[in-house]
Amino acid sequence: MATDAFRSDVRLTVNGTVHEVTVDHRSTLLDVLREQLGLTGAKKGCDHGQCGACTVLVEGRRVNSCLLLAVAHEADEITTVEGLHGPDGDLHPLQRAFLDRDAFQCGYCTPGQICSAVGALAEAAAGSPSYVTDPGTDPAAPVGLSRDEIRERMSGNLCRCGAYPHIVEAVEDVAR
Amino acid sequence: MKPFQYLRARTVEEATTLYADHPGARYLGGGTNLVDLMKQGVETPGTLVDVSRLPLGEVRELPDGSVRIGAMVRNSDLAAHPLVRERYPVLSQALLAGASGQLRNAATTGGNLLQRTRCPYFQDLSKPCNKRAPGSGCGAREGVHRDHAILGHSSQCIATHPSDMAVALAALDAQVELHGRQGERTVAADAFHRLPGDRPDQDTEIAPGELVTGVLLPPAPAGLPSAYRKARDRASYAFALASAAVVLSVEDARIRYVRIAFGGVAHRPWRARRAEEALLGGAADDAAFSRALRAELAAAEPLRDNAFKVPLVRNLAHDVLTRLAAAAPRH
Repeated sequence: MATDAFRSDVRLTVNGTVHEVTVDHRSTLLDVLREQLGLTGAKKGCDHGQCGACTVLVEGRRVNSCLLLAVAHEADEITTVEGLHGPDGDLHPLQRAFLDRDAFQCGYCTPGQICSAVGALAEAAAGSPSYVTDPGTDPAAPVGLSRDEIRERMSGNLCRCGAYPHIVEAVEDVAR
Repeated sequence: MKPFQYLRARTVEEATTLYADHPGARYLGGGTNLVDLMKQGVETPGTLVDVSRLPLGEVRELPDGSVRIGAMVRNSDLAAHPLVRERYPVLSQALLAGASGQLRNAATTGGNLLQRTRCPYFQDLSKPCNKRAPGSGCGAREGVHRDHAILGHSSQCIATHPSDMAVALAALDAQVELHGRQGERTVAADAFHRLPGDRPDQDTEIAPGELVTGVLLPPAPAGLPSAYRKARDRASYAFALASAAVVLSVEDARIRYVRIAFGGVAHRPWRARRAEEALLGGAADDAAFSRALRAELAAAEPLRDNAFKVPLVRNLAHDVLTRLAAAAPRH
């Protein structure tokens, strides 16, 4: 595909592999991951940033890939659910916990839930507060994740099967 | 979505030049609202000027004790910044009350200020909307308007501003820094957003091509009590039905300093100046809070289905005032 006023070449590092792709400027990161790179783990739920099924990590931070234009992420490092496993192929502790806790029914929201949880745990460890964190908490200290904290921090991921109680347990297992 | 050119600006000057050279351009920050509006066909830019990598990503204390927030600071980073958490807790809390963890990681300070209303009629091309298509009418006035304004609305538009952050900025007497081809200027955050009047298409005082480069917070002593409280239809991740941002200082049982702003009830963050004037210098007790908030809300003009917002916002503000008064340092 040639570049023109409406298409550009971009270099994306996805799960450690560098990809050079020509993207229509209208393509979201989600569309490029799924349609051009064949990584169908991230899901298109609402396509409006309301459900979280498309959650991936960009430069280590969780984001809604359906609202990011791929062309704006030149040279960024992207991690999808396909890239969470360890070097020897072991499941990520959150993937293991979701299986152990039966934290899904249909599974459609699961890749987004897991990527979101990876981001949420890193944010809490870095001391980032949530709406339910006591404002008097020391900004330099990691935030302990109570169930209320997990529910608040995971509120950007909807599960229409209603697997929330087990999702909270799975995240809690890894947060401990 | 309509095809568009994509240009990345390296400097603020380059951004405003690219904008001027490409009629119909829009600035792209985090994109969390703009990209969505483009999908819906509400925004149809011919060119996007990407400003997300401009060197405006810092929160910095200035020599006079004020704090400057770069326009590209992400909402999550601003909420977590130690200076903000220690001196401006109302701002941290308001940011954390908005959107989701994922959205806050992408959304910028400038973009948060410039986000558009979530009125469903504005977002639906098949419906009339004076904000999106001036002169087409307002579908919400006689339609579904439970979430809409109770203060300062007009016959043309009853939309509310969706930002939580902007409500805190109004209560903090922040300044919005703008850069245009005519130079730089600052506008009080409180005056940055407009009431709809007969120009509901104009959300803010920003001129075409001007770029938000930062927000300036006036000096605040650590420990100045401030807080934000929000009511919404679910426990998290929903826009405000109503919210209240309050800054309060009590000395010798008298109110020495008070700022109150309401969210979710008007086309802009609503500074409750009548209530502030009624409270200043007086006692910080239930009767005073109640009198002041009732005086402010005497101006409310609720619509058919949103009269519940009048007591809701009054009770939210009353609760925050009560909490802050109880916590006020006795110095």
